[in-house]
Amino acid sequence: MRSWRRSLQGLPLIFLVLALWEGVCLLGWVNPKVLPAPHAVATRWWEYLAPPQPYDPDAGSRLDWLLSGELVQDAAGSLYRVLAGFVVGAALAVPLGLLMGASERAYRLCNPLLQILRPIPPIAYIPLSILWFGLGNAPAIFLIAIGAFFPVLMNTVAGVRAVDGIFLRAARNLGAGRATIFRRVMLPAAMPYILTGMRVGIGTAFIVVIVAEMIAVNNGLGFRILEAREYFWSDKIIAGMLSIGLIGLAIDQAMSRINTHLLRWHRGLDQ
Amino acid sequence: MTFAIAIDRVSKTFPASKAAVAALQDITLEIPAGQFVCLLGPSGCGKSTLLNTVAGFTGPDSGTVLVHGSPVAGPGPDRGMVFQEYALFPWMTVAQNVGFGLEVKGMGKKAVRGRVDALLRLLALSEFADRYPKELSGGMRQRVAIARILAIDSPILLMDEPFGALDALTRRSLQDELLRLWAELGKTVLFVTHSIEESIFLADRIVVMTYRPGTVKRDLAVALPRPRDPASPEFNRLKRELSDLVTSEQSRHEADERHAVTAD
Repeated sequence: MRSWRRSLQGLPLIFLVLALWEGVCLLGWVNPKVLPAPHAVATRWWEYLAPPQPYDPDAGSRLDWLLSGELVQDAAGSLYRVLAGFVVGAALAVPLGLLMGASERAYRLCNPLLQILRPIPPIAYIPLSILWFGLGNAPAIFLIAIGAFFPVLMNTVAGVRAVDGIFLRAARNLGAGRATIFRRVMLPAAMPYILTGMRVGIGTAFIVVIVAEMIAVNNGLGFRILEAREYFWSDKIIAGMLSIGLIGLAIDQAMSRINTHLLRWHRGLDQ
Repeated sequence: MTFAIAIDRVSKTFPASKAAVAALQDITLEIPAGQFVCLLGPSGCGKSTLLNTVAGFTGPDSGTVLVHGSPVAGPGPDRGMVFQEYALFPWMTVAQNVGFGLEVKGMGKKAVRGRVDALLRLLALSEFADRYPKELSGGMRQRVAIARILAIDSPILLMDEPFGALDALTRRSLQDELLRLWAELGKTVLFVTHSIEESIFLADRIVVMTYRPGTVKRDLAVALPRPRDPASPEFNRLKRELSDLVTSEQSRHEADERHAVTAD
């Protein structure tokens, strides 16, 4: 795997940053409460990840035990919200985007309203979301859905509008009706845009979930780093942040794999 | 007799910023079934507009187009179109592209598969059945586009400079292939080109068009027996004759372009 080997080339810089950081802490230049040393973060990270109780065969399976660490539970909570919010947002955005892209009338009807709503950051909906949905998962999923909705919508509209007219002419020439053209020509032709929108959308969802968890729920990665701040556990804050980074990277990689598979006809099309 | 294509006093004007462009003016053309007709002229002479009118992509401002006696109301599978840019669906494999028109017609999966296989064999494409268009050369893509049209068994083939983007060798082999298929299947072909040699090599009849307004300048039959030899004296005599006709239109086209540039 070439791409894997290529990303290994970034390792020296990572080690250099870690070494400098450790050095600065070792020399006592910074207060460890403010910036804990990497080894302290690593220790805390392990505690955060590891199961809290020793393995007890009567309590459940070994897998359950392995996954009983706080970090695993938090990550699962955050991922659940991201996926639920993303699915809600995208499930609304894709059909609306297809409609707006295909119909000039629908576009002119919906676009002004959407352009007013679009610049409002999902964070600004927090007070209303709590008012409407109370506390718990519901307001978080609402905020995440808003965050995912607009990138998916905008890209879907652009994708349908960018469909090369020659494909439509070819399809009509071959006898295809409107419904067939929509399903078998416009939708696949717009797919690269739609998937790009989804990739951006899930990234936004991941940003919003952290903020939402700081407000409305009592688990998840966002909640945990805010909780750690209350106790002045800087090492746990950083461990939580790095967990967020790694999970975000994993999601993005997974999306990219799915894109590559779905768009195998498309790669290098312009070459 | 009913013509395969009967174009009767068709005119079409495109609005433009400075002056309206008369793409077609009072064109009348009758094409019997089974004839291979080339529309020849410089770019901008309206030959593609005429083809698109027959295809039903654009309607004429005035005049009528009858296909097998009925007026053209829109695009349809009775007039299969082959585009210069191939217009294959890039998200479908070769076999899916060729089968698309049949599936649209409601043919069952198995029947589609059988017909597609036969066509891929006919055009020597069998080994590419599961490839995507991007993996094929231009010549191969155009063969797929031809197979896709043959699949729906259109009695009329409309071809818009189909070999214009291909290299000379590929172009020649596809011309041979097209003639073979035409002789075998008895289709009516309306073929747009700006290559004089291509039109003589292929056509029963060459219609030379004028540059703006687009009218029929000359309608001549090519009586040479096939296969035609581009090196033969008859071929070259015809080539010179057509060259004179086309060159004067080409120079009007160029003068027009220069004028447009200075006007800007």
